[in-house]
Amino acid sequence: MSNQSPDLAKTLRKKRNDILELWMKNQLADVSLREDLLTNEELRAQSEELLDVLLQNLNERNIAEVESADFEPVVEVLSGISISRAKQGFTPRETGLYIFSLKDALLTVVQQELKDDPAQLVTAVLTISKLVDSFGVTTFETFIKGREEVILRQTDEITEISTPVIQLWDNILALPIIGTLDSSRTQVVMENLLQQIVDTGSSIAILDISGVPAVDSLVAQHLIKTVSATRLMGAECIISGIRPEIAQTVVHLGIDLSNIVTKASLASALRYAFGMLQLDVKKTIREK
Amino acid sequence: MIIPLNKEAVEVKKEQDTIFLRNRIKECATKTGMGLVNQTKLITAASELARNMLRYAGGGNVLVETVSKGRENGVRLTFKDTGPGIPDIAMAMKDGYSTGKSLGLGLPGTKRLVSEFDIKSTPGTGTVITIIKWKNG
Ligand SMILES: Nc1ncnc2c1ncn2[C@@H]1O[C@H](COP(=O)(O)OP(=O)(O)OP(=O)(O)O)[C@@H](O)[C@H]1O
Ligand SMILES: [Mg+2]
Repeated sequence: MSNQSPDLAKTLRKKRNDILELWMKNQLADVSLREDLLTNEELRAQSEELLDVLLQNLNERNIAEVESADFEPVVEVLSGISISRAKQGFTPRETGLYIFSLKDALLTVVQQELKDDPAQLVTAVLTISKLVDSFGVTTFETFIKGREEVILRQTDEITEISTPVIQLWDNILALPIIGTLDSSRTQVVMENLLQQIVDTGSSIAILDISGVPAVDSLVAQHLIKTVSATRLMGAECIISGIRPEIAQTVVHLGIDLSNIVTKASLASALRYAFGMLQLDVKKTIREK
Repeated sequence: MIIPLNKEAVEVKKEQDTIFLRNRIKECATKTGMGLVNQTKLITAASELARNMLRYAGGGNVLVETVSKGRENGVRLTFKDTGPGIPDIAMAMKDGYSTGKSLGLGLPGTKRLVSEFDIKSTPGTGTVITIIKWKNG
């Protein structure tokens, strides 16, 4: 028995093709294979890329140091795979199993190679387990990051689509607000509105709050600020869509909205705006 | 005697947490059969207290409970923070008093919106505010 430890990294590199075949076999045999999300060719290319970058950067020294900077290229490829899988709709479990099935392949090969040297085998198994487990953790971290990016993008999209400015009539703009009016949204709403006032030369803006769930003192202040800013631009601002329960709450809170023109519905705000513009809406009487 | 029927703790550490808090409260209030007007008053009150907690005490915890007293059901909310506390409660409860250059309507307005209001604050230790809105209150 030799007391010189065999180079585990070198052994693995030598067995690269065996490992890849085993790993692919494991994955393709899995009942939960997601051919709907990733074709077998894509899966093979992905697995090959990961295995190669791992084997290229692995040596006898760093194999036992999972934190080694040598693994940065591996972590990079791994993160890329994990994030793209998160976006494609793989579950974290599926992505986790993908990495752990590599461990199975590595261990099977090592077992064959070191079957005559149980002591070395145990060390090798522990080393490989530790290494792949740490890659597993990396995938989870990046998987979550990938999901968070999706959420952030959606948040931005929601803010954008939920504050449209509509031209109702010549000189009349309407801005329906849906959802909670917090400080950052108020900023978006105000900027959109003021810009549209400039762009369209409108003189009346209707802020409809039918879709705002609650008006507390902060939301009220945001509304008051928006109205003041509109007035500074030389336009008048009407707030519509004040539901009965909101009206009662605002009064109890003690907020003074008496300097602002408020209407119960968008329709009555529009009627009021027509009045200001001295427009008359009439039913046409057809002559026979 | 006020009997809690079920309870849940909600952390308020950032502005978005208040949306979650409001939804929990709405769920509880709906279960008691509370009408829309009282629900809106309760949620608005909670939103004021949560905002104070974030602004003046850097966040805290809210205990959301469904409670009953005799034949009346309602929702009890306990806002607890370990912030700087309020040195002069009587002053803070006045309309228009604010150390934050705001409207100063949060605390007095909240008191007007709910059925029961209790405030305890120790400078240097923190503030505990308990409010109850009865279903028909
Ligand atoms: N949880 C708290 N911890 C410490 N101080 C508080 C707390 N809540 C309120 N205060 C103090 O009480 C004052 C009054 O609070 P209140 O909510 O009535 O008004 P505000 O928050 O200043 O203005 P508004 O709520 O109208 O925007 C605050 O300015 C602050 O100094
Ligand atoms: Mg306040």
